[in-house]
Amino acid sequence: MSWSFVLLLSATAYAFKVLGLVLVGDRTLPPVFERCLALIPAALIAAIVMLNTFAHGQHLQIDARAAGVGAAVVAAWRKAPLIVVIVIGAAVTALVRRLS
Amino acid sequence: MALWRDPRLRPVFAACVTLGFAVGVFAISFGVSSVAAGATVGQTCALSLLVFTGASQVSAVSVIGSGGSAASAFGGAALLAARNGVYGLAMAPHLKGRLPTRLIAAQLTIDESTAMAAAQDDDAHKSAAFWITGLSVYLFWNVGTLIGALLGTAIDPSTYGLDAAFPAAFVAILFPLLRERRPALAALLGGAICLVLIPFTPVGVPILCAALAILVGVPAPPLQTVQVAR
Repeated sequence: MSWSFVLLLSATAYAFKVLGLVLVGDRTLPPVFERCLALIPAALIAAIVMLNTFAHGQHLQIDARAAGVGAAVVAAWRKAPLIVVIVIGAAVTALVRRLS
Repeated sequence: MALWRDPRLRPVFAACVTLGFAVGVFAISFGVSSVAAGATVGQTCALSLLVFTGASQVSAVSVIGSGGSAASAFGGAALLAARNGVYGLAMAPHLKGRLPTRLIAAQLTIDESTAMAAAQDDDAHKSAAFWITGLSVYLFWNVGTLIGALLGTAIDPSTYGLDAAFPAAFVAILFPLLRERRPALAALLGGAICLVLIPFTPVGVPILCAALAILVGVPAPPLQTVQVAR
């Protein structure tokens, strides 16, 4: 990772925050934009979960991570707090990895 | 200020303590993974201090860590950061203050602070909840990152399953978003696009293409308005 990457990402992230809060202020965006932007977290977070669970470089593989994330899904579905979901995910992965 | 002792803000303080702890643990796992992905301790801490958007940081580090190009890592992270602009839009009418205050508030405009503010009834309480939550998360996130980055050079994250801590945390963040139909559809589609593209495209590209799933937001909603996802 390069420092220029770190600084470029910092500037971009801050630009988005300022854009909404300071520049746009009370003006409103066309509703279709707001509807689509509101879906970014759901779409991208789901994709990141898939990437971090099943990808190994450009290969798909099912390993200990899948077991851990599966356990995390059950915990999240049962409305466990964030911290509990994280610990379960990590612990199950570590356990399955050690046993296999 | 008497407002800080207002009983209506008690749930905010209580949430800040538990949230702070969870954020701290998440930050430790970010720090560990960032160092494992090849960033220095200084770069890792700079990401948390300056970018201060967990999902973007995690996405950038995981793309680079799995061998993706800087461009694809940047693209996915920037898309994830874009939602803070939407939060800013939502918060702008409730946050009074001069430009310097607003410029600081901008850095604290994230999932948690916006969500906690949204739960309050009036401008004064929304503003108080926003600042309390934003500053608390900023503190815990950065302290956790430093601890993780220092630990990361000393331990192998995979031994403790810390590589699964990211997706696990994201699962927890994703679940409340799935209660409504459109975000659930977007999540399903986004996840599917990513899975299908992993074997066929360079690392990082699947995440970018998954953003196409937000187009399920194009058709106008039938009756009720679509809520801004947190």
